[in-house]
Amino acid sequence: MTTVTRSLPKTSTPAVPLRRPKATTGFWSWFTTVDHKKIGIMYGAAALFFFVVAGVEALLIRLQLAGPNGTVLTASQYNTMFTMHGTTMVFFVGMPMAVAFGNYFVPLQIGARDVAFPRINAFGFWVIAAGGIFMYSSFLLGGAPNGGWFGYTPLTSTPIAGGALPGHGPDFWAVGLVMLGIGSTTSAINFIVTILNMRAPGMTLMRMPVFTWMMLIVAFLTVFAIPPLTAALIMVFFDRNFDTLFFVAAKGGDPLLYQHLFWIFGHPEVYILILPGMGIVSEVLPVFSRKPLFGYSVVIFSGIAIGFLGWGVWAHHMFATGLGPVTITAFGLATMLIAIPTGVKIFNWLGTVYGGAVKLTTAMLFSLGFVAMFTLGGLSGVMHSVVPADTQQTDTYFVVAHFHYVLFGGLVFAIFSGFYFWWPKIFGHFLDERLGKINFWVMLVGFNVTFFPMHILGLTGMPRRTYRYPAGYGWTGLNQIVSVGGFLVALATLIFVVNVIFSAVKRKPAGGDPWDGRSLEWSIPSPPPSYNFAQTPIVMARDDWWHHKYTEDAEGRLVALPTGGSDDDSPSAAIAKVNAHASEADGRGIHLPSPSFYPLLVAAGLPFLGYAAVYQDIYYLIPGLFLLLFGIYAWGLEPGTEEH
Amino acid sequence: MSTVDTTHDTPGNDGPGPDSPGATPARLTPGDVVPVDPGHGGDDSHTGVANAKLAMWLFLSSDCLFFGAFIATYLLYRDRGGQTGPTPKDVFSIPFTSVTSFILLMSSLAMVLALAAIQRGDYRRFRIWLLATALFGAVFIGGQIYEFTEFTRKGLNVSTNLFGSSFFVLTGLHGAHVTVGIVWLMSLWGMSMQGRLTQGDAERVEVAGLYWHFVDIVWIVIFTVIYLLPQP
Repeated sequence: MTTVTRSLPKTSTPAVPLRRPKATTGFWSWFTTVDHKKIGIMYGAAALFFFVVAGVEALLIRLQLAGPNGTVLTASQYNTMFTMHGTTMVFFVGMPMAVAFGNYFVPLQIGARDVAFPRINAFGFWVIAAGGIFMYSSFLLGGAPNGGWFGYTPLTSTPIAGGALPGHGPDFWAVGLVMLGIGSTTSAINFIVTILNMRAPGMTLMRMPVFTWMMLIVAFLTVFAIPPLTAALIMVFFDRNFDTLFFVAAKGGDPLLYQHLFWIFGHPEVYILILPGMGIVSEVLPVFSRKPLFGYSVVIFSGIAIGFLGWGVWAHHMFATGLGPVTITAFGLATMLIAIPTGVKIFNWLGTVYGGAVKLTTAMLFSLGFVAMFTLGGLSGVMHSVVPADTQQTDTYFVVAHFHYVLFGGLVFAIFSGFYFWWPKIFGHFLDERLGKINFWVMLVGFNVTFFPMHILGLTGMPRRTYRYPAGYGWTGLNQIVSVGGFLVALATLIFVVNVIFSAVKRKPAGGDPWDGRSLEWSIPSPPPSYNFAQTPIVMARDDWWHHKYTEDAEGRLVALPTGGSDDDSPSAAIAKVNAHASEADGRGIHLPSPSFYPLLVAAGLPFLGYAAVYQDIYYLIPGLFLLLFGIYAWGLEPGTEEH
Repeated sequence: MSTVDTTHDTPGNDGPGPDSPGATPARLTPGDVVPVDPGHGGDDSHTGVANAKLAMWLFLSSDCLFFGAFIATYLLYRDRGGQTGPTPKDVFSIPFTSVTSFILLMSSLAMVLALAAIQRGDYRRFRIWLLATALFGAVFIGGQIYEFTEFTRKGLNVSTNLFGSSFFVLTGLHGAHVTVGIVWLMSLWGMSMQGRLTQGDAERVEVAGLYWHFVDIVWIVIFTVIYLLPQP
């Protein structure tokens, strides 16, 4: 294997059915691109779109609950709204948004030119997009998913004839999530191989930026968490459509089996959602505190600890099901245990900011907001490890408050921090800071007005997933406040969208290193050239780019190196210019993977197979199989990079 | 500086370049003959396992949990009381399934020989052993189809009882994996017949082989759990 005997003769370049797309710019190039940065942008745009969709669903829920006996939605529409809000936020916003940042920045942070499998990367995105279109098409075709985002059996697994849920909702839900599983697994495998195999020389694991580290842990969690979900969904689908008995209690089947399989996926999923956020915050806080991350290796190892412990706590979602004292004790203890590495990280972030030269940019504000809100969510979370308390809180608004503090106060704040932090790198211009700060404060206030009262509503017994409540229970006032808060969050999102447009018009240019950053992505021009690095960087230290710019004097004070620096017009910016110039010269010789039609074609086959499964109709199967097989074979015969 | 090529895309799609020495994946230009560089080979910034192989290992580890979920389901349901309809004792023919299982395991041996043949550049033996692998797999699938038909004739189907549901879904999904493997092997065979699969592409065969061995190993577990454990 180590000796090359002969190259293939050129004539054997296979005749690929479709002519290879050449364009790397322009509208159509987005459909065939294999550039990790463009795919990252597409992931981000899709996730942002679904964020708005899920937000509209949430607002409809809040309109319905704004007063007693709401009449905005029927019970069945309400079921659809909370099901699709949860499903969309978890699978179409949280996961793709993390993958968006990961796609764009993991290769840049490790000094690579692209990911390990550029076409599989594109495939992953198109599968997620196809899955989203497939699942949302159910609104037009036979009923949207309506069994809750965790789709408990036997509610979801009873055949349509059984009458538990009207329409094809759970079928669309199960098949759509299997598609998403395919997309997430391929992208996770891609991340792992990229991070383990394609780091620049000297980029040892313990020199990797924390965001990249967290994406590595998340990718491992994804690879192992998705299969139990897929298995559970297959059982649900078979129970509904082929009369298997997996969850039919009357025939000895066990509906609790589904809950176990789902939460074996579902709890690691929580960490799949939050660890990228922790990674983003761990990048932002050091930059705007002008200090290295406090306890880098502790942050890494507690991330790994969370990754392992995350597999041992799933049954705390099921304390109310009567698992028996030994089981609930074990899972209660494990839940207390996992609070430790999480709490450790909070102290690491505080230690990073403490004594730093703090610069309160919008990105920094969102990261600080993350730390505060996530801590609150963590506190109400660890309360659930106390089983007697949890049994009371199960299925009340207290739980809703808790996971929104973790996932909205945590993940979404981190995502917005990432937007403001990395926008200049991605698009070459800043987001407006003044609008950004308004965005932050409206969101912080709106978020707390929305979700804090839910704690009290939950403790006073308001159950989640009920489409109306009677007057006179003492829930009216708080629900009104919550609904107002919901619209404040929507306003904050609107401000962000306005900011995006406003900033794109104003185009305040950002240099390669606008924040005086620490990791490798700041060492190249903004936006980065298609080949990322003109010369593969050689990494000598953690925060390598920082050490190119600064050193310390005898008293430990920062001293700018003559070749380094932050200001765009300082003489030290010369190095960036030299870099950019070198890029132009060297870029031509760099061999990049060529665009391809086939990732899109293969992914486009999957919804047809999905419709064939839902409707059990052979006419959908034929185009689906054709696209799939044609795409895979043509893909297999197509070389990754076209010879010039 | 040297140019960089990231063609190591799908398992078994390295493009028309030279093979990829395991120690320096994804850092080669098509046409370059790069020996393992002692300075970088096995250094601290990559694992030394080729990208496609690492990806296949990760996929297989993921697939372990997929089968694990169905095997756990089977085990959970195998001694449930109050079941009606045929039980394992009523339908299984252990000698028959043992023979088809043995044939499936022998296909792994053929796969190893096929890989060894293409690594030496012996294309004739490579094709023979590849065909043998696919054929053994097809015999196994034929046995499974016979078994399913036979069980259905004896009154067991997916909706008869929990045994029927969990048995057919688990072994059916395994059969689907074997079928995909056969299609994959036959595609490699077709490429080899057209001269598109050379000694330099041995890694593509190796990746397919990893998948094939995995499917066999999973069958060992499934066979033990379903057929060999004393029936309740």
